[in-house]
Amino acid sequence: MIRSNLLKYSLAATLPVTLMIVLTFVAPRAARADDGPRVIEITAKRFGFSPNQITLKKGETVKLRLTTEDVTHGFFMRALKIDEEIDPGKTTEITLTPQTAGTFLTICDHFCGANHGNMNMKIVVE
Amino acid sequence: MKDVDRRSFLKIAGTSLGIGVLYSAMPAAAASGEVGAMFDAWGKKNGERVTPFSFIQLSDAHVGFNGPPDPLGTKAFERAVEMVNRLPQRPDLVLFTGDLTHDSEDKDVHSRRMKQFLEISGRLNVPLVKCVPGEHDAGLDGGALYRDFLKETYYSFDHRGVHFVALDNVSRAKPEVGPEQLAWLKKDLARFPKSAPIVVFTHRPLFDLKPEWEWFTSDGDDVMNVLAPFENVTVLYGHIHRDDEHELGHVHHYAARSLIFAFPDPEKAAEKKPIAFDKDQPFKNLGIRVVHENVAGKPAVDTASIEDIELTAQEFSGINGIQQILRNPSL
Repeated sequence: MIRSNLLKYSLAATLPVTLMIVLTFVAPRAARADDGPRVIEITAKRFGFSPNQITLKKGETVKLRLTTEDVTHGFFMRALKIDEEIDPGKTTEITLTPQTAGTFLTICDHFCGANHGNMNMKIVVE
Repeated sequence: MKDVDRRSFLKIAGTSLGIGVLYSAMPAAAASGEVGAMFDAWGKKNGERVTPFSFIQLSDAHVGFNGPPDPLGTKAFERAVEMVNRLPQRPDLVLFTGDLTHDSEDKDVHSRRMKQFLEISGRLNVPLVKCVPGEHDAGLDGGALYRDFLKETYYSFDHRGVHFVALDNVSRAKPEVGPEQLAWLKKDLARFPKSAPIVVFTHRPLFDLKPEWEWFTSDGDDVMNVLAPFENVTVLYGHIHRDDEHELGHVHHYAARSLIFAFPDPEKAAEKKPIAFDKDQPFKNLGIRVVHENVAGKPAVDTASIEDIELTAQEFSGINGIQQILRNPSL
């Protein structure tokens, strides 16, 4: 009995914390406003993007919210008609409705240092 | 004049030597008949008759780089300089198409690398050396350090009747030339007739070679539109660390190999990763590319055979390749 109560207490105490962690780490990356497109947050930092791969559905409109943790970066993918700058202290928003399935290598095209040439991420459209 | 292939200006010689590139401008200028008439006509229109000369293109030395794809640092660069100096016929000019140095956020370190580049390139026994910046030279500071050492990042000059245009598609950090430089280019070319032989040298390709590897210039089409009225345009570039030739419209675009490490064929490789260093073949993929132009008395070239001669660890092995091409009767 005591053990059962403890378990209940333990669950009751842990659940909000777990929920809070989930909301903190998952919700901002893939939030969906009730009446708007899915929002995906992407962070640039020399010499990579986080996450380094996102998956979209063909025909689905999404909003990419781009920020940088250090210097100015580029965000470029010719086939998806993406060509943006990500400046420190600002959020760059891109609304995207991909019409073609495939894997699109998206690069930083604003020179940011020695390993700039390898700074990229994949946009997968299914 | 109409019978002369428009591509024939540098294609006449088109002699490409992988570790650098040796071009002979108008090697057959002494020829009579059709070719001679063409040069006379150009001379009248352009104000200066084109006279035969050769020049070298070197690219992507990345002085200061020392890592797994090439732990030998400046060795290939220094060897290329030795090779040029040993040529039986001294070229008039050496063009460096960018990434002279590897970038550093420490300005003093980057300055030392630029000084080292100038020291090694200063050993070239040629009358004229001209450079454009690559993104590793000028991408982080908008070209400030480059200008401290080498003045302008874009400019033009004339040499023996050929108009050379240096374009900067790196200093704006993005792969672009920008509106100011485009306006300058239009003004620079305004005085030339359409037949003027023009050599553009720049770092990045001016067309979409492989955009997802950043092998492009976003306003390259605007540059090519400015150049479109001119009938004899050749574009030389670096950046891609491999030889490449593309004919777009009536313009030939040639890339030179790097002097530090090679990138793979973008049509075959899944990723843009340097080809791994091979200690047993340290200059593999940095070797000499020879194009034998099979000219049979005509400036227009219908066929060409390509021979790749890789440098080996054997001293001066590459010289044999250069001498071989210079002995080629087509030159």
